[in-house]
Amino acid sequence: MAATQEEIVAGLAEIVNEIAGIPVEDVQLDKSFTDDLDVDSLSMVEVVVAAEERFDVKIPDDDVKNLKTVGDATSYILKHQS
Amino acid sequence: MTSKIKPPKGAPYARIMGVGGYRPVQVVPNEEILKHIDSSDEWIRSRSGIATRHWAGPDETVAAMSVEAAGKAIADAGITAEQIDAVIISTVSHFMQTPSVATEIAHALGAGKPAAFDISAACAGFGYGLTLAKGLVVEGSASHVLVVGVERLSDLTDMTDRATAFLFGDGAGAVIVGPAEEPGIGPTIWGSEGDKNTTIKQTVGWDKFRVGDLGLLPLDEDGGIKFPAITQEGQTVFRWAVYEMAKVAQQALDAAGITADDLDVFIPHQANMRIIDSMVKTLKLPEHVEVARDIETTGNTSAASIPLAMERMLATGQAKSGDTALVIGFGAGLVYAATVVTLP
Ligand SMILES: CC(C)(COP(=O)(O)OP(=O)(O)OC[C@H]1O[C@@H](n2cnc3c(N)ncnc32)[C@H](O)[C@@H]1OP(=O)(O)O)[C@@H](O)C(=O)NCCC(=O)NCCS
Repeated sequence: MAATQEEIVAGLAEIVNEIAGIPVEDVQLDKSFTDDLDVDSLSMVEVVVAAEERFDVKIPDDDVKNLKTVGDATSYILKHQS
Repeated sequence: MTSKIKPPKGAPYARIMGVGGYRPVQVVPNEEILKHIDSSDEWIRSRSGIATRHWAGPDETVAAMSVEAAGKAIADAGITAEQIDAVIISTVSHFMQTPSVATEIAHALGAGKPAAFDISAACAGFGYGLTLAKGLVVEGSASHVLVVGVERLSDLTDMTDRATAFLFGDGAGAVIVGPAEEPGIGPTIWGSEGDKNTTIKQTVGWDKFRVGDLGLLPLDEDGGIKFPAITQEGQTVFRWAVYEMAKVAQQALDAAGITADDLDVFIPHQANMRIIDSMVKTLKLPEHVEVARDIETTGNTSAASIPLAMERMLATGQAKSGDTALVIGFGAGLVYAATVVTLP
């Protein structure tokens, strides 16, 4: 079943917490992965890989660079999840 | 119809009997790399874990480094060079296509008339060589096989390429594979993904250096011809490594019939500390498993990285003889090879 926006944000928060050690409550829609959450370009790849597994989406390399904020990633997953 | 050919008489099993390494004399800190690219020590350390690497000097040729490393492995194995009856050299940075550098190394070691050949499997080269060696010993075509992973990647590095200038290093790592009464090398999980064969590659082939084709060669800022170098799509390779290689490593554990709990040591190809950290997490390796982090002072030495790290771990006491180790190599091709071994 497709995840809701809240579920996706909560899922991303857990992933970011696991990979970068950021408290889950800091992971909000308007937060930038690199500027606010200390997720660098390589951690971002790990976040994307984990999100693909969790939400059953494909996020190609070329699209990763457009996912600047948690909101960007959430909308992307909402739109592309199967 | 019955075959007229006698069945082969190999050893029941094979094991790694000895290991040796050679690191070039010149140590190159990140500061040296920063002369050519816009970067910082902090960035290089945080994205790759590399602080220093070794670069080979003119006398530290692929053959010379291999002979040094092999000599140590032979001594460590407690055999003589004459007992070696096959020599497998894995390298992508030996510039003489023929004859194979393996023959030169075998001769320099005084190994008599062993079978000798080079293989090309980039950063999976050690695992490929080890797998061939095991097969030869168990099948009976050889009793003691010298396997060397050796690279002078500094020769194939574009010092002005921000994506690779800081990554590569030079060196040689060698093992002796010989007969054993119990399994010392597990089943290999190996393969290739040729659909990704452009993600790490040499910029141009040597054939482009023919006079008629010179116009096709890449040029530097001053119009000079650029020597071939290794380029890569870093993010794509990183993603493949963290996602796919953890699975391959797990398959190697499964094939050996053990779990992460049974491991003492993990020696992944030293490509990037971040890949190593990620694999340790994904594989859920318990605290007691010692992890090779030789990349910090060695950089990525491709085929040489696993035996070099193995030797250092044994020398520093981080690992000991008889330990059970998971080894996995992966790189240009893209190719990979993972197996579980007992340390010599
Ligand atoms: C090479 C590698 C460290 C590069 O890291 P990366 O995060 O992919 O780098 P990117 O090119 O995406 O760049 C990310 C950011 O760092 C910057 N950057 C790139 N190279 C840089 C360098 N050498 N120094 C400083 N900054 C650099 C980029 O400009 C970019 O900045 P921006 O986000 O502000 O635009 C990484 O991709 C890697 O190690 N991949 C695996 C490669 C490997 O192991 N290969 C061998 C396998 S055998």
